[in-house]
Amino acid sequence: MTNKVKLNAVYVPSENVVAREIEGEIIIVPLTAGIGDAEDDLFSLNETGRAVWKFLDGKKTLAQIAKALGKEYNSPLAEIEKDVAGLMVELLKRRIVSEKKRS
Amino acid sequence: MTYTKKLKPHEFKIWHGKQPLLGQLDIELTERCNNNCIHCCINLPENDSKAKKKELSTEQWKKILDQAAELGALAVRFTGGEPLLREDFKELYLHARHLGLKVLLFTNARNITPALAALFVKIPPLEMIEVTVYGMRRKSYEAISRKPGSYAEFRRGVNLLLKNKIPFVVKGALLSPNKKEIDEFESWAATIPWMDKPPSYSMTFDLRGRRDSLKKNRLIKTLRATSGEIVHILNRHREAYCKEMNQFCQKFIGPPGKELFNCGAGHGGCVDAYGRFQPCLSLRAPDLTYDLKKGILQDALTRVFPKLKKITASNRTYLKRCARCFLKGLCEQCPAKSWTENGTLDTPVKYLCEIAHVQAMDLGLLIDGERGWEITDWRTRTTKMK
Repeated sequence: MTNKVKLNAVYVPSENVVAREIEGEIIIVPLTAGIGDAEDDLFSLNETGRAVWKFLDGKKTLAQIAKALGKEYNSPLAEIEKDVAGLMVELLKRRIVSEKKRS
Repeated sequence: MTYTKKLKPHEFKIWHGKQPLLGQLDIELTERCNNNCIHCCINLPENDSKAKKKELSTEQWKKILDQAAELGALAVRFTGGEPLLREDFKELYLHARHLGLKVLLFTNARNITPALAALFVKIPPLEMIEVTVYGMRRKSYEAISRKPGSYAEFRRGVNLLLKNKIPFVVKGALLSPNKKEIDEFESWAATIPWMDKPPSYSMTFDLRGRRDSLKKNRLIKTLRATSGEIVHILNRHREAYCKEMNQFCQKFIGPPGKELFNCGAGHGGCVDAYGRFQPCLSLRAPDLTYDLKKGILQDALTRVFPKLKKITASNRTYLKRCARCFLKGLCEQCPAKSWTENGTLDTPVKYLCEIAHVQAMDLGLLIDGERGWEITDWRTRTTKMK
Protein backbone atom coordinates (compact mmCIF):
# COMPACT_ATOMS: atom_id res chain seq x y z
CA MET A 1 0.00 0.00 0.00
CA THR A 2 2.68 2.47 0.94
CA ASN A 3 5.18 1.67 -1.81
CA LYS A 4 6.37 4.74 -3.71
CA VAL A 5 5.28 6.93 -0.80
CA LYS A 6 7.95 8.11 1.61
CA LEU A 7 7.03 9.42 5.02
CA ASN A 8 10.08 11.65 5.07
CA ALA A 9 9.24 13.23 1.73
CA VAL A 10 7.41 16.49 1.08
CA TYR A 11 4.49 16.35 -1.34
CA VAL A 12 2.88 19.34 -3.03
CA PRO A 13 -0.29 19.88 -5.05
CA SER A 14 0.49 19.37 -8.71
CA GLU A 15 0.56 22.22 -11.18
CA ASN A 16 -1.61 19.98 -13.36
CA VAL A 17 -4.67 20.49 -11.19
CA VAL A 18 -6.61 23.31 -9.58
CA ALA A 19 -7.87 22.59 -6.07
CA ARG A 20 -10.98 24.49 -5.07
CA GLU A 21 -12.73 24.70 -1.75
CA ILE A 22 -16.47 24.95 -2.32
CA GLU A 23 -18.91 24.78 0.59
CA GLY A 24 -16.38 22.91 2.72
CA GLU A 25 -15.50 20.37 0.05
CA ILE A 26 -12.14 20.16 -1.70
CA ILE A 27 -12.76 19.75 -5.43
CA ILE A 28 -9.83 18.77 -7.62
CA VAL A 29 -10.22 20.07 -11.16
CA PRO A 30 -7.73 18.80 -13.76
CA LEU A 31 -5.93 21.54 -15.64
CA THR A 32 -3.98 19.40 -18.07
CA ALA A 33 -4.99 16.21 -19.85
CA GLY A 34 -4.55 12.73 -18.38
CA ILE A 35 -5.51 13.30 -14.73
CA GLY A 36 -8.78 11.38 -14.71
CA ASP A 37 -9.79 8.20 -16.53
CA ALA A 38 -12.22 10.27 -18.57
CA GLU A 39 -11.35 13.75 -19.66
CA ASP A 40 -14.10 15.44 -17.70
CA ASP A 41 -13.43 13.70 -14.37
CA LEU A 42 -13.38 15.92 -11.31
CA PHE A 43 -12.56 14.60 -7.86
CA SER A 44 -13.54 15.34 -4.29
CA LEU A 45 -11.55 14.29 -1.24
CA ASN A 46 -12.88 12.36 1.74
CA GLU A 47 -12.38 13.57 5.33
CA THR A 48 -8.81 12.26 5.49
CA GLY A 49 -8.07 13.85 2.15
CA ARG A 50 -9.47 17.21 3.23
CA ALA A 51 -7.51 17.12 6.49
CA VAL A 52 -4.23 16.25 4.77
CA TRP A 53 -4.68 18.65 1.86
CA LYS A 54 -4.55 21.67 4.17
CA PHE A 55 -1.07 20.63 5.29
CA LEU A 56 0.42 20.25 1.80
CA ASP A 57 2.30 23.53 2.10
CA GLY A 58 5.53 22.44 0.47
CA LYS A 59 7.34 22.36 3.84
CA LYS A 60 5.96 19.52 5.94
CA THR A 61 6.92 15.91 5.37
CA LEU A 62 4.24 13.25 5.43
CA ALA A 63 5.53 12.14 8.85
CA GLN A 64 5.09 15.68 10.18
CA ILE A 65 1.60 15.89 8.70
CA ALA A 66 0.65 12.54 10.26
CA LYS A 67 1.99 13.69 13.62
CA ALA A 68 -0.01 16.93 13.46
CA LEU A 69 -3.17 15.03 12.51
CA GLY A 70 -2.55 12.49 15.28
CA LYS A 71 -2.66 15.33 17.79
CA GLU A 72 -5.69 16.97 16.16
CA TYR A 73 -7.73 13.77 16.00
CA ASN A 74 -6.23 12.06 19.07
CA SER A 75 -5.61 8.86 17.09
CA PRO A 76 -2.72 6.34 17.08
CA LEU A 77 0.12 7.59 14.89
CA ALA A 78 0.51 4.28 13.03
CA GLU A 79 -3.11 4.41 11.93
CA ILE A 80 -2.84 8.01 10.76
CA GLU A 81 0.41 7.28 8.88
CA LYS A 82 -1.28 4.40 7.08
CA ASP A 83 -4.18 6.62 6.03
CA VAL A 84 -1.96 9.49 4.93
CA ALA A 85 0.24 7.16 2.89
CA GLY A 86 -2.81 5.50 1.32
CA LEU A 87 -4.16 8.86 0.29
CA MET A 88 -0.80 9.85 -1.22
CA VAL A 89 -0.69 6.65 -3.29
CA GLU A 90 -4.01 7.62 -4.86
CA LEU A 91 -3.08 11.23 -5.38
CA LEU A 92 0.30 10.35 -6.89
CA LYS A 93 -1.27 7.81 -9.22
CA ARG A 94 -3.61 10.48 -10.52
CA ARG A 95 -0.85 13.14 -10.71
CA ILE A 96 -2.82 15.31 -8.27
CA VAL A 97 0.29 15.71 -6.10
CA SER A 98 3.97 15.36 -6.80
CA GLU A 99 7.03 14.87 -4.62
CA LYS A 100 8.91 18.07 -3.96
CA LYS A 101 12.50 17.77 -5.04
CA ARG A 102 15.01 18.59 -2.33
CA SER A 103 16.99 21.70 -3.18
CA MET B 1 -10.63 2.33 1.24
CA THR B 2 -10.57 5.14 -1.31
CA TYR B 3 -9.73 8.71 -0.43
CA THR B 4 -10.78 10.43 -3.63
CA LYS B 5 -14.20 10.27 -5.22
CA LYS B 6 -14.89 10.88 -8.89
CA LEU B 7 -17.59 13.43 -9.48
CA LYS B 8 -19.82 12.59 -12.40
CA PRO B 9 -20.76 15.51 -14.62
CA HIS B 10 -24.04 17.17 -13.59
CA GLU B 11 -24.21 15.07 -10.43
CA PHE B 12 -22.50 17.34 -8.00
CA LYS B 13 -24.63 16.29 -5.07
CA ILE B 14 -21.76 16.35 -2.66
CA TRP B 15 -22.97 19.40 -0.85
CA HIS B 16 -25.98 17.77 0.79
CA GLY B 17 -28.37 20.68 0.51
CA LYS B 18 -25.88 23.53 0.89
CA GLN B 19 -25.15 23.97 -2.77
CA PRO B 20 -23.01 26.84 -3.99
CA LEU B 21 -24.86 29.98 -5.01
CA LEU B 22 -23.87 29.55 -8.65
CA GLY B 23 -23.57 26.25 -10.50
CA GLN B 24 -22.77 27.42 -14.00
CA LEU B 25 -22.45 30.81 -15.62
CA ASP B 26 -23.31 31.47 -19.25
CA ILE B 27 -21.30 34.16 -20.95
CA GLU B 28 -22.09 35.70 -24.33
CA LEU B 29 -18.66 36.98 -25.21
CA THR B 30 -19.94 38.84 -28.25
CA GLU B 31 -23.08 39.20 -30.32
CA ARG B 32 -20.94 39.47 -33.44
CA CYS B 33 -20.63 36.45 -35.70
CA ASN B 34 -18.64 35.44 -38.75
CA ASN B 35 -21.82 33.84 -40.10
CA ASN B 36 -24.96 35.76 -41.00
CA CYS B 37 -27.47 32.98 -40.51
CA ILE B 38 -30.93 33.63 -41.86
CA HIS B 39 -32.63 32.38 -38.69
CA CYS B 40 -30.35 33.83 -35.99
CA CYS B 41 -31.90 35.55 -32.97
CA ILE B 42 -28.77 37.43 -31.91
CA ASN B 43 -26.00 37.85 -34.48
CA LEU B 44 -24.47 41.15 -35.46
CA PRO B 45 -21.91 41.59 -38.27
CA GLU B 46 -18.39 40.36 -37.52
CA ASN B 47 -16.89 43.81 -37.96
CA ASP B 48 -19.60 45.81 -36.20
CA SER B 49 -17.27 48.34 -34.58
CA LYS B 50 -20.04 49.92 -32.50
CA ALA B 51 -20.95 46.58 -30.93
CA LYS B 52 -17.29 45.68 -30.46
CA LYS B 53 -16.62 48.92 -28.64
CA LYS B 54 -19.51 48.29 -26.25
CA GLU B 55 -18.34 44.77 -25.36
CA LEU B 56 -16.74 44.13 -21.97
CA SER B 57 -12.97 44.32 -21.87
CA THR B 58 -10.69 41.39 -21.08
CA GLU B 59 -10.19 42.65 -17.53
CA GLN B 60 -13.93 43.08 -16.97
CA TRP B 61 -14.56 39.51 -18.11
CA LYS B 62 -11.78 38.21 -15.89
CA LYS B 63 -13.33 39.91 -12.87
CA ILE B 64 -16.68 38.29 -13.65
CA LEU B 65 -15.01 34.88 -14.01
CA ASP B 66 -13.26 35.44 -10.67
CA GLN B 67 -16.61 36.18 -9.04
CA ALA B 68 -18.20 33.09 -10.61
CA ALA B 69 -15.45 30.88 -9.22
CA GLU B 70 -15.72 32.51 -5.78
CA LEU B 71 -19.45 31.79 -5.77
CA GLY B 72 -18.73 28.11 -6.40
CA ALA B 73 -19.46 27.78 -10.10
CA LEU B 74 -17.92 24.67 -11.60
CA ALA B 75 -18.49 25.54 -15.24
CA VAL B 76 -18.75 28.46 -17.59
CA ARG B 77 -20.35 28.37 -21.03
CA PHE B 78 -18.81 30.64 -23.66
CA THR B 79 -21.34 31.42 -26.35
CA GLY B 80 -22.29 34.31 -28.58
CA GLY B 81 -22.51 35.34 -31.43
CA GLU B 82 -19.36 33.45 -32.23
CA PRO B 83 -17.20 33.47 -29.09
CA LEU B 84 -14.03 32.66 -31.03
CA LEU B 85 -14.21 36.07 -32.69
CA ARG B 86 -12.95 37.62 -29.47
CA GLU B 87 -9.25 38.30 -29.91
CA ASP B 88 -8.76 37.58 -26.20
CA PHE B 89 -10.57 34.23 -26.28
CA LYS B 90 -7.42 32.25 -25.45
CA GLU B 91 -6.65 34.53 -22.51
CA LEU B 92 -10.17 34.28 -21.12
CA TYR B 93 -10.25 30.52 -21.65
CA LEU B 94 -6.99 30.06 -19.76
CA HIS B 95 -8.16 32.38 -17.00
CA ALA B 96 -11.32 30.32 -16.55
CA ARG B 97 -9.44 27.03 -16.56
CA HIS B 98 -6.84 28.27 -14.07
CA LEU B 99 -9.69 29.23 -11.76
CA GLY B 100 -10.78 25.59 -11.86
CA LEU B 101 -13.77 26.20 -14.09
CA LYS B 102 -14.80 23.74 -16.78
CA VAL B 103 -15.47 25.44 -20.09
CA LEU B 104 -18.35 24.64 -22.40
CA LEU B 105 -17.83 26.23 -25.80
CA PHE B 106 -20.64 26.83 -28.33
CA THR B 107 -19.14 27.53 -31.73
CA ASN B 108 -19.57 27.13 -35.47
CA ALA B 109 -15.96 25.79 -35.52
CA ARG B 110 -14.87 28.15 -38.31
CA ASN B 111 -12.19 29.77 -36.15
CA ILE B 112 -10.74 26.58 -34.70
CA THR B 113 -7.09 26.94 -35.66
CA PRO B 114 -4.19 24.51 -35.20
CA ALA B 115 -2.98 26.70 -32.31
CA LEU B 116 -6.36 26.65 -30.59
CA ALA B 117 -6.68 22.90 -31.10
CA ALA B 118 -3.22 22.47 -29.54
CA LEU B 119 -4.35 24.52 -26.56
CA PHE B 120 -7.47 22.36 -26.10
CA VAL B 121 -5.25 19.25 -26.18
CA LYS B 122 -2.85 20.62 -23.60
CA ILE B 123 -5.49 22.19 -21.38
CA PRO B 124 -8.79 20.47 -22.15
CA PRO B 125 -12.05 22.33 -21.64
CA LEU B 126 -13.42 19.37 -19.58
CA GLU B 127 -16.77 19.77 -21.31
CA MET B 128 -17.52 18.68 -24.84
CA ILE B 129 -17.43 21.48 -27.39
CA GLU B 130 -20.78 21.92 -29.15
CA VAL B 131 -20.66 22.68 -32.87
CA THR B 132 -23.74 23.81 -34.77
CA VAL B 133 -23.92 22.47 -38.31
CA TYR B 134 -25.85 24.33 -41.00
CA GLY B 135 -25.46 21.92 -43.89
CA MET B 136 -23.52 18.97 -45.22
CA ARG B 137 -22.59 20.71 -48.45
CA ARG B 138 -21.29 24.11 -49.38
CA LYS B 139 -24.49 25.08 -51.15
CA SER B 140 -26.85 24.29 -48.27
CA TYR B 141 -24.48 25.51 -45.53
CA GLU B 142 -23.82 28.85 -47.19
CA ALA B 143 -27.47 29.34 -48.15
CA ILE B 144 -28.00 29.57 -44.38
CA SER B 145 -24.74 31.14 -43.17
CA ARG B 146 -24.74 33.63 -46.07
CA LYS B 147 -20.94 33.78 -45.91
CA PRO B 148 -18.92 32.52 -48.87
CA GLY B 149 -16.15 30.21 -47.72
CA SER B 150 -17.80 29.44 -44.40
CA TYR B 151 -18.48 25.79 -45.22
CA ALA B 152 -14.83 25.04 -45.97
CA GLU B 153 -13.77 26.74 -42.74
CA PHE B 154 -16.35 24.79 -40.71
CA ARG B 155 -15.10 21.53 -42.20
CA ARG B 156 -11.50 22.48 -41.52
CA GLY B 157 -12.35 23.34 -37.90
CA VAL B 158 -14.20 20.09 -37.32
CA ASN B 159 -11.38 18.10 -38.92
CA LEU B 160 -8.92 19.76 -36.55
CA LEU B 161 -11.03 18.71 -33.58
CA LEU B 162 -11.23 15.14 -34.91
CA LYS B 163 -7.54 14.94 -35.74
CA ASN B 164 -6.58 16.16 -32.28
CA LYS B 165 -9.17 13.95 -30.55
CA ILE B 166 -10.80 16.94 -28.88
CA PRO B 167 -14.24 15.82 -27.65
CA PHE B 168 -17.13 17.56 -29.37
CA VAL B 169 -20.72 16.97 -30.36
CA VAL B 170 -22.69 18.39 -33.27
CA LYS B 171 -26.21 19.74 -33.43
CA GLY B 172 -28.26 20.92 -36.37
CA ALA B 173 -30.38 23.90 -37.31
CA LEU B 174 -33.04 22.45 -39.55
CA LEU B 175 -34.01 24.77 -42.40
CA SER B 176 -35.23 24.43 -46.00
CA PRO B 177 -31.76 24.37 -47.61
CA ASN B 178 -30.58 21.42 -45.48
CA LYS B 179 -33.77 19.48 -44.70
CA LYS B 180 -33.07 16.88 -47.38
CA GLU B 181 -29.64 16.20 -45.90
CA ILE B 182 -30.92 14.99 -42.54
CA ASP B 183 -30.04 11.31 -43.13
CA GLU B 184 -26.60 12.26 -44.38
CA PHE B 185 -26.10 14.54 -41.38
CA GLU B 186 -27.11 11.88 -38.89
CA SER B 187 -24.92 9.23 -40.57
CA TRP B 188 -21.95 11.58 -40.43
CA ALA B 189 -22.73 12.59 -36.83
CA ALA B 190 -22.75 8.90 -35.85
CA THR B 191 -19.10 8.64 -36.97
CA ILE B 192 -18.03 11.29 -34.45
CA PRO B 193 -16.63 9.32 -31.50
CA TRP B 194 -18.32 11.40 -28.81
CA MET B 195 -21.84 11.35 -30.27
CA ASP B 196 -23.61 8.78 -28.10
CA LYS B 197 -27.06 9.71 -29.41
CA PRO B 198 -28.51 11.32 -32.54
CA PRO B 199 -27.96 15.06 -32.85
CA SER B 200 -30.51 17.53 -31.57
CA TYR B 201 -32.02 20.16 -33.84
CA SER B 202 -33.11 23.76 -33.60
CA MET B 203 -36.39 24.04 -35.43
CA THR B 204 -38.54 26.56 -33.57
CA PHE B 205 -36.09 29.49 -33.90
CA ASP B 206 -36.41 32.29 -31.39
CA LEU B 207 -37.18 35.77 -32.60
CA ARG B 208 -34.56 38.48 -32.17
CA GLY B 209 -33.66 38.55 -28.48
CA ARG B 210 -33.28 42.31 -28.48
CA ARG B 211 -36.54 42.88 -30.37
CA ASP B 212 -34.38 44.93 -32.74
CA SER B 213 -35.72 44.02 -36.18
CA LEU B 214 -39.32 43.51 -37.17
CA LYS B 215 -38.16 42.63 -40.66
CA LYS B 216 -35.85 39.89 -39.41
CA ASN B 217 -38.55 38.60 -37.06
CA ARG B 218 -40.94 38.28 -39.97
CA LEU B 219 -38.32 36.26 -41.84
CA ILE B 220 -37.57 34.02 -38.81
CA LYS B 221 -41.28 33.21 -38.47
CA THR B 222 -41.36 31.94 -42.04
CA LEU B 223 -38.36 29.68 -41.39
CA ARG B 224 -39.82 27.87 -38.38
CA ALA B 225 -40.84 24.25 -38.71
CA THR B 226 -44.55 23.51 -38.50
CA SER B 227 -45.86 21.49 -35.56
CA GLY B 228 -46.33 18.52 -37.91
CA GLU B 229 -42.73 18.74 -39.14
CA ILE B 230 -41.44 18.94 -35.58
CA VAL B 231 -43.32 15.83 -34.48
CA HIS B 232 -42.13 14.06 -37.61
CA ILE B 233 -38.49 14.87 -36.82
CA LEU B 234 -38.88 13.90 -33.16
CA ASN B 235 -40.25 10.55 -34.28
CA ARG B 236 -37.25 9.70 -36.40
CA HIS B 237 -35.99 7.74 -33.42
CA ARG B 238 -39.41 6.85 -32.02
CA GLU B 239 -38.42 4.39 -29.31
CA ALA B 240 -35.75 6.59 -27.76
CA TYR B 241 -37.99 9.65 -28.08
CA CYS B 242 -40.95 7.98 -26.34
CA LYS B 243 -38.74 6.66 -23.57
CA GLU B 244 -37.23 10.09 -23.00
CA MET B 245 -40.60 11.85 -23.08
CA ASN B 246 -42.11 9.33 -20.72
CA GLN B 247 -39.41 9.99 -18.14
CA PHE B 248 -39.69 13.71 -18.74
CA CYS B 249 -43.47 13.85 -18.39
CA GLN B 250 -43.52 11.83 -15.18
CA LYS B 251 -41.31 14.49 -13.65
CA PHE B 252 -42.15 17.81 -15.22
CA ILE B 253 -45.67 17.84 -16.58
CA GLY B 254 -48.52 19.58 -14.74
CA PRO B 255 -50.25 22.96 -14.51
CA PRO B 256 -47.77 25.67 -13.48
CA GLY B 257 -50.20 28.09 -11.80
CA LYS B 258 -49.92 31.83 -12.05
CA GLU B 259 -46.26 32.12 -11.01
CA LEU B 260 -44.27 32.83 -14.16
CA PHE B 261 -40.82 31.68 -13.09
CA ASN B 262 -41.17 27.98 -12.34
CA CYS B 263 -37.97 27.35 -14.25
CA GLY B 264 -34.36 27.58 -13.14
CA ALA B 265 -34.05 31.20 -14.29
CA GLY B 266 -32.21 33.30 -11.77
CA HIS B 267 -30.47 30.37 -10.01
CA GLY B 268 -27.68 30.90 -12.50
CA GLY B 269 -27.78 33.24 -15.41
CA CYS B 270 -26.16 34.65 -18.49
CA VAL B 271 -23.96 37.69 -18.82
CA ASP B 272 -24.45 39.39 -22.18
CA ALA B 273 -21.61 40.87 -24.19
CA TYR B 274 -22.05 44.26 -22.53
CA GLY B 275 -22.13 43.13 -18.91
CA ARG B 276 -25.85 42.80 -18.27
CA PHE B 277 -26.61 39.76 -16.16
CA GLN B 278 -29.78 38.03 -17.37
CA PRO B 279 -31.73 35.42 -15.40
CA CYS B 280 -31.31 33.06 -18.37
CA LEU B 281 -29.76 32.94 -21.81
CA SER B 282 -32.89 34.23 -23.56
CA LEU B 283 -34.46 36.71 -21.17
CA ARG B 284 -33.27 40.19 -22.09
CA ALA B 285 -36.16 42.26 -20.75
CA PRO B 286 -34.18 45.28 -19.47
CA ASP B 287 -36.12 45.52 -16.19
CA LEU B 288 -35.13 41.98 -15.26
CA THR B 289 -31.42 42.25 -15.96
CA TYR B 290 -28.64 43.53 -13.73
CA ASP B 291 -25.71 45.71 -14.75
CA LEU B 292 -22.45 44.04 -13.74
CA LYS B 293 -20.50 47.14 -14.63
CA LYS B 294 -22.11 48.70 -11.56
CA GLY B 295 -22.56 45.68 -9.31
CA ILE B 296 -21.55 42.10 -8.62
CA LEU B 297 -22.89 38.64 -9.45
CA GLN B 298 -23.62 37.85 -5.81
CA ASP B 299 -25.86 40.88 -5.46
CA ALA B 300 -27.92 39.87 -8.49
CA LEU B 301 -28.20 36.27 -7.32
CA THR B 302 -29.15 37.04 -3.73
CA ARG B 303 -31.00 40.33 -3.91
CA VAL B 304 -32.39 40.84 -7.41
CA PHE B 305 -33.14 37.51 -9.10
CA PRO B 306 -35.01 35.92 -6.15
CA LYS B 307 -37.71 38.54 -6.72
CA LEU B 308 -38.53 36.81 -10.00
CA LYS B 309 -40.19 34.00 -8.06
CA LYS B 310 -42.85 36.43 -6.90
CA ILE B 311 -43.83 37.63 -10.37
CA THR B 312 -47.26 36.35 -11.34
CA ALA B 313 -49.22 36.48 -14.57
CA SER B 314 -51.92 39.05 -15.17
CA ASN B 315 -52.72 38.30 -18.79
CA ARG B 316 -56.26 36.89 -18.78
CA THR B 317 -55.67 34.37 -21.54
CA TYR B 318 -52.52 33.16 -19.81
CA LEU B 319 -54.41 32.72 -16.53
CA LYS B 320 -57.27 30.95 -18.26
CA ARG B 321 -55.07 28.70 -20.38
CA CYS B 322 -51.32 28.44 -19.71
CA ALA B 323 -51.60 28.64 -15.91
CA ARG B 324 -54.00 25.69 -15.96
CA CYS B 325 -52.45 23.70 -18.80
CA PHE B 326 -50.86 20.40 -17.83
CA LEU B 327 -48.73 20.52 -20.98
CA LYS B 328 -46.60 23.28 -19.46
CA GLY B 329 -43.63 20.92 -19.23
CA LEU B 330 -43.89 20.08 -22.94
CA CYS B 331 -44.61 23.62 -24.03
CA GLU B 332 -41.74 26.07 -24.42
CA GLN B 333 -43.90 28.98 -23.29
CA CYS B 334 -41.93 30.96 -20.73
CA PRO B 335 -41.35 34.62 -19.81
CA ALA B 336 -38.35 34.82 -22.15
CA LYS B 337 -40.25 33.49 -25.17
CA SER B 338 -43.21 35.69 -24.33
CA TRP B 339 -40.96 38.73 -24.10
CA THR B 340 -39.18 38.17 -27.39
CA GLU B 341 -42.45 37.43 -29.17
CA ASN B 342 -44.71 40.01 -27.56
CA GLY B 343 -42.74 42.34 -25.31
CA THR B 344 -44.54 41.10 -22.18
CA LEU B 345 -43.76 38.23 -19.82
CA ASP B 346 -47.13 36.50 -19.86
CA THR B 347 -48.64 36.60 -23.33
CA PRO B 348 -49.27 33.08 -24.64
CA VAL B 349 -47.21 32.25 -27.72
CA LYS B 350 -49.63 30.61 -30.13
CA TYR B 351 -46.93 28.82 -32.14
CA LEU B 352 -45.52 27.09 -29.05
CA CYS B 353 -48.99 26.19 -27.79
CA GLU B 354 -49.79 24.52 -31.09
CA ILE B 355 -46.56 22.49 -31.09
CA ALA B 356 -47.17 21.29 -27.52
CA HIS B 357 -50.70 20.17 -28.41
CA VAL B 358 -49.66 18.30 -31.57
CA GLN B 359 -46.83 16.68 -29.63
CA ALA B 360 -49.21 15.71 -26.80
CA MET B 361 -51.60 14.10 -29.27
CA ASP B 362 -48.75 12.15 -30.80
CA LEU B 363 -47.71 10.91 -27.34
CA GLY B 364 -51.28 9.91 -26.46
CA LEU B 365 -51.76 12.58 -23.81
CA LEU B 366 -54.62 14.25 -25.70
CA ILE B 367 -57.15 13.28 -28.32
CA ASP B 368 -58.07 15.46 -31.25
CA GLY B 369 -59.94 18.59 -30.22
CA GLU B 370 -58.91 18.54 -26.54
CA ARG B 371 -57.01 21.44 -25.03
CA GLY B 372 -54.45 20.97 -22.28
CA TRP B 373 -56.09 23.43 -19.87
CA GLU B 374 -59.41 21.56 -19.98
CA ILE B 375 -58.01 18.24 -18.80
CA THR B 376 -58.47 17.28 -15.16
CA ASP B 377 -57.29 13.65 -15.27
CA TRP B 378 -53.84 14.56 -16.54
CA ARG B 379 -52.06 12.46 -13.92
CA THR B 380 -53.79 9.31 -15.18
CA ARG B 381 -52.97 10.24 -18.76
CA THR B 382 -49.33 10.81 -17.94
CA THR B 383 -48.97 7.39 -16.32
CA LYS B 384 -50.74 5.74 -19.28
CA MET B 385 -48.85 7.58 -22.00
CA LYS B 386 -47.28 5.66 -24.89
